[in-house]
Amino acid sequence: MDKVILAQDLSLSYSNNETIINKANFSIDSGSFIFITGASGSGKSTLLKSLYGSLKAKQGSLIVGGVELRGVTTSKLNFLRRHIGIVFQDYKLVKEWTIEKNIMLPLIINGYEKGVTQNQVDSLLKHVRLKHQAGKYPLELSGGEQQRVAMARALAHNPILILADEPTGNLDDYSSQLIWNLLEGANEQLNTTVIVVTHNIPRNLNVDYKHYNIEYGSIHEVL
Amino acid sequence: MKSFKNHFSLVIALVSILFSIQIFTIVDRTMDAYKENLANNYSIIIISQKKLQDKEIIDVNDLIKGVTELSADNVIERLNSGITEKNKELLKLTLPKFYKLTLTEYPSPKQIKKLRENLLKIKSITKIEDFSHNHDTTYKLLVLFKTVVFVFAIVVFVVTTLLIFKELRIWQFKHNERMSIMALFGAPIWLRSAVLFRLAIVDAIIAGVITFGLFVYISSEPLIIEQFENLSINITIFDVVNDAATLFSASITLSIILALMIVIGHKEEV
Repeated sequence: MDKVILAQDLSLSYSNNETIINKANFSIDSGSFIFITGASGSGKSTLLKSLYGSLKAKQGSLIVGGVELRGVTTSKLNFLRRHIGIVFQDYKLVKEWTIEKNIMLPLIINGYEKGVTQNQVDSLLKHVRLKHQAGKYPLELSGGEQQRVAMARALAHNPILILADEPTGNLDDYSSQLIWNLLEGANEQLNTTVIVVTHNIPRNLNVDYKHYNIEYGSIHEVL
Repeated sequence: MKSFKNHFSLVIALVSILFSIQIFTIVDRTMDAYKENLANNYSIIIISQKKLQDKEIIDVNDLIKGVTELSADNVIERLNSGITEKNKELLKLTLPKFYKLTLTEYPSPKQIKKLRENLLKIKSITKIEDFSHNHDTTYKLLVLFKTVVFVFAIVVFVVTTLLIFKELRIWQFKHNERMSIMALFGAPIWLRSAVLFRLAIVDAIIAGVITFGLFVYISSEPLIIEQFENLSINITIFDVVNDAATLFSASITLSIILALMIVIGHKEEV
């Protein structure tokens, strides 16, 4: 099976030089569903940041989607990010854009035609049950609704990899279930690799998944 | 209203800069026209012991436009009228030759000094009257006026540039989040900055149009035209093609520099 992520002796730290992840070795198969857990401050989000290239490895090698992220050029990083969908706990929606335009963002970046873009956005809005809210702005929606928009945006361009940082952390049951259904769907139907950082793994998941735990800077698979 | 506010500060700052550029252009043009007027009315008198060829004098310095020999009759007329015609003719022959030199432009004191030195190299020239005292005063007044306007334009430029920088900080804050989100989805820098550049260019065009309208009005205002006529100066106050092109180019260039600085200063927020 192809490896979508390969980390060798990966060490991560912020500018204060405190090592968050220490010489981690792991690989993630293409099409797998992964949960990463760990206590607060253990380095879950830091690891996720390194996977989309916002935090450079201090040591070791990190290859995502065939791109070595250590010393990666801006254009290569942009190329990689165009094939990744990211969901943040704080949604990161563009406040001055409508819901529709926010979902369109990855499609515009990837140069999709206007017709294709509109069809895809309409379909996603239906999936996240926000068709009637298309013209609204993020701040006019509830947290759960905003996260559903962020989820739709992450899926819009059919990415090879979805990175989700506590996507249901602040959500009600209804929105949480909708998010999990969408992530499962992307994984099962489109063979998208899904990596979710979370405190709690949902019990009613219908996909096979792997579970990694971060503790004291090390990453271990929980069997 | 919010959108108007977004544009207002930058447009006003740009209009101030464009206004000072155009005012300086008008003053510069006025000075040139005034200097040309002065040059037409200004001449130097030289006295030579023998007759000189025009070319011989003109070749001395590029500044000399023309030479006119002054008739000795006027001088003799002022003398005692009891002189006989024969003696008058004899006197004419012994009198030195007077020449009036016209110049291509109104000279600086340095140019006059140089011209004097060059003329004195012709051995027969014994005296040069350059009316330097009157000349120097007028020239210094002109230079002073131009300097004051230049300093004023620079001050306006500096103050408005500072205003633009303040505006830049606000823009940077406003656009940083959107640009960071776009970067997370792999948007190339030109796409991330497209909105910013579009805003900057729209503001530059608005500022250009306002300044254009302002100067079209000023240049057709009878009171202003009358003042130039009083000075016998005939200049184009606002050239709707060249001046407008300068104003729009300056405005767009400044705005693009502003947007570029925001893009360069952008730090990805994650």
